[in-house]
Amino acid sequence: MNDVSIVLCGEAGQGIQTVEQLFTKIVKKAGFNVFSTKEYMSRVRGGSNSTQIRISTEPVSAYINRIDVLITLSEDAIKHLGDRISSKTIIIGEKNHIKNNKNFKVVEIPFSQHAKEIGNIVFSNTIAVGLLSALYSIDNKVIAEQVETFFSKKKKNLVNDNILAAEKGYDIGADLVKKEKAQLDISAPKHQNNDIVLNGTQVIGLGALAGGCNFISSYPMSPSTGVLTFLSQQSNDFDIIVEQAEDEISAINMALGAWYAGARSMVTTSGGGYALMTEGVSLAGMIESPIVIHLAQRPGPATGLPTRTEQSDLEHALYSGHGDFPKIIFAPGTLQEGFYLTQKAFNLADKYQVPVYILTDQYFVDSYYNIPGFHLDRISNRNYVVETRKEYKRYELTNNGISPRGIPGYGNGFICVDSDEHDEEGRITESMNIRTQMVDKRLRKLKEIMKETIPPTLIGDELYKTLIIGWGSTYHIIKEAIEMIDRKDVSFLHFKQLYPIHPNTIKYLKKAEKTIIIENNATSQFGKLIKLHTGYEVNHKILQYNGLPFSVETVEKQIKQILQRGQ
Amino acid sequence: MDSKEYDLGQIDIAWCPGCGNYAILNSLKQVIAELKISPQQLVVVSGIGQAAKIPQYFKTHYFNGLHGRSLPPATGIKAANPNLTVIAESGDGDMYGEGGNHFIHAIRRNPDITNIVHNNMVYGLTKGQASPTSETGFKTPIQINGVMLNPFNPISIAIALDASFVARVFAGDIKETKKIIKKAIQHKGYALVDIFQPCVTFNKINTYDWFKEHTYYLDSKYDVTNRIDAFKKSIEQNKLPLGIFYLNKNKKTFEQNLKTYKQNKKPLYKRQIKMDRIVKLIN
Repeated sequence: MNDVSIVLCGEAGQGIQTVEQLFTKIVKKAGFNVFSTKEYMSRVRGGSNSTQIRISTEPVSAYINRIDVLITLSEDAIKHLGDRISSKTIIIGEKNHIKNNKNFKVVEIPFSQHAKEIGNIVFSNTIAVGLLSALYSIDNKVIAEQVETFFSKKKKNLVNDNILAAEKGYDIGADLVKKEKAQLDISAPKHQNNDIVLNGTQVIGLGALAGGCNFISSYPMSPSTGVLTFLSQQSNDFDIIVEQAEDEISAINMALGAWYAGARSMVTTSGGGYALMTEGVSLAGMIESPIVIHLAQRPGPATGLPTRTEQSDLEHALYSGHGDFPKIIFAPGTLQEGFYLTQKAFNLADKYQVPVYILTDQYFVDSYYNIPGFHLDRISNRNYVVETRKEYKRYELTNNGISPRGIPGYGNGFICVDSDEHDEEGRITESMNIRTQMVDKRLRKLKEIMKETIPPTLIGDELYKTLIIGWGSTYHIIKEAIEMIDRKDVSFLHFKQLYPIHPNTIKYLKKAEKTIIIENNATSQFGKLIKLHTGYEVNHKILQYNGLPFSVETVEKQIKQILQRGQ
Repeated sequence: MDSKEYDLGQIDIAWCPGCGNYAILNSLKQVIAELKISPQQLVVVSGIGQAAKIPQYFKTHYFNGLHGRSLPPATGIKAANPNLTVIAESGDGDMYGEGGNHFIHAIRRNPDITNIVHNNMVYGLTKGQASPTSETGFKTPIQINGVMLNPFNPISIAIALDASFVARVFAGDIKETKKIIKKAIQHKGYALVDIFQPCVTFNKINTYDWFKEHTYYLDSKYDVTNRIDAFKKSIEQNKLPLGIFYLNKNKKTFEQNLKTYKQNKKPLYKRQIKMDRIVKLIN
């Protein structure tokens, strides 16, 4: 086994996140590949939250059901994780957290008692980190270094106590290995791993910076808030204007005002907040304003499951905003795509003067793994703003529908934009003739956008019989499941641009004898979109909408079932 | 500068003859001419309604956005380019009803913009329904037994929120209207100018004569910096005071508070992407 899944489970507020962050840093530094993701309840204290950390000698980037090592931090942990725990799972925890579990391999460790001996119960988490590190035989020096860096902003004695705690944990862990109570069959990595570890939130934020974002106005809403926080943390260094608006209506209208005056702005929100933004989206459609919208999906309708994941806002994003106007929808599958697509979103928004969406979800934004970094030298930014002349017309009728966009104060022209139907100068009109011309002009931009639509990615052999279809955050999960199935006639087609849908889509579908679409929603929203634009109805659907991401095992099992059924 | 510089020539104006909006439009043009604000430097942001059509009728940049939403884009525009003079202008329904939340929070933010509200106590564009400032008892095709809700008092709200400039004028008095709009534009920070204005078509109660009878000017001894006195004045009922109610010059504007402009005064469109810093951040 070169791939170990560790799960930490406890109550909100117990510091699981500290363990996740510190431990992933240590194992990465030691040369392993690492993936982590969390599922958590919508509460600040109590309940049951869990974090999975996968450590492997090969790159890993997907959520799996299997738990090899479980660290319990609360009594409810074992019950909460249910049948994810198997007879092979090594459960490590306080006596009272693992009582009455004779069927499982349990290892009692009095974490809190050891922590108190060091000085404070809070050190329990660092002891756990030390223990886990020992199971991987990670060099003591690496651990001490990372613990020191991690707590470097805290007081000196606190740093020292944490190092002591890690050492204590390490001794306990080493003892367990020695006594064969907790052994992991994982080979030490051969090379140093120079990758960077990032999560979805961070790559969206970095992509925004790389795309020249200098204004963000938003209203906090899980799971989208991280991007607002990230850009706020960077705002002093990058001169970004960050404003927490009174509501999402204000947020998007402020962001549109910023674009109008020459900024590159974005909003970040989730379904319910986006619902409030939709009138602003329609305004962007009418005044032909660029806008970048990060929409981090969570299960709806209404408040739904605030901290869970789902892919059910595709139709909402696509069909929101009254009237006919073009838009672009991206849904990154990998962290790299999250970065590059967000960077690109700012340029496409500017070029076509349309709303551009980055559709993510809780699973995407909260998952970390190591990636080699980005090719910043290969990205380019273009500023499409023009200096205006006296005779400038904001909505000049052009062949491709794109009217050069000026901004007030740059040139001698007037920038007149109106939410009413308007003439070329931007003044209100009720001329039916101009109205028709303007609608046509706005829609001509969609044809231009089509020309640079990103094609779907095919993973696997081109001579497939069965084609699996997925989009957005399920990329790595489906990819790993397909690798497990390991059949030459089964390939995977992943979409990172959902709208406009690439014209080659139909060719891929028609080549297959059987098609299976996998979506984290109840009604196969992307399947419906494919049908609408290609006329092709996907044969089988694998849908999940319980609030959790698919696991590799679930996808693998369900694909196999469909394959066995024959037709 | 001559206010003719802002004329668009022959244009079709959608307002009713005798509407107070004409007086406000003329006052505004004269004020910006006197202040030598070039049309290229001015952005008028408006929402929807009869008043919100104002930027259509003179030479200026404009952002004629959505109903109730003039203050958020105005804030965004001023923040993205503080060199621009930004006026957010709409009617009472737009600014105090649909946009009520933005009105409250724009005051808290204190952007350096002038907020002109044409307050005729009735809805014009949708034809005569009650507005947030309609008086109780005011009958309309919808409020057939008269308005039951207490009128919204923008002046009190603004003072309660420590708005940096709070004034009310009457459109029938062009001289005073001009004087106060001018001070409002010159003021550094959020400035509210609530303009009493008759609607000759849909409001037969609050007419030119009614406003003349029911208003008076705050006298020269009145201390505009005293917030408590200002609040007292704002809740007077029988005769409604006109003039500057309250002034707080000690507040920093939204743009002044932004770190973005602490050292570098360039508007955002003149700045470059800091790729080197991104590289540093990633590593």
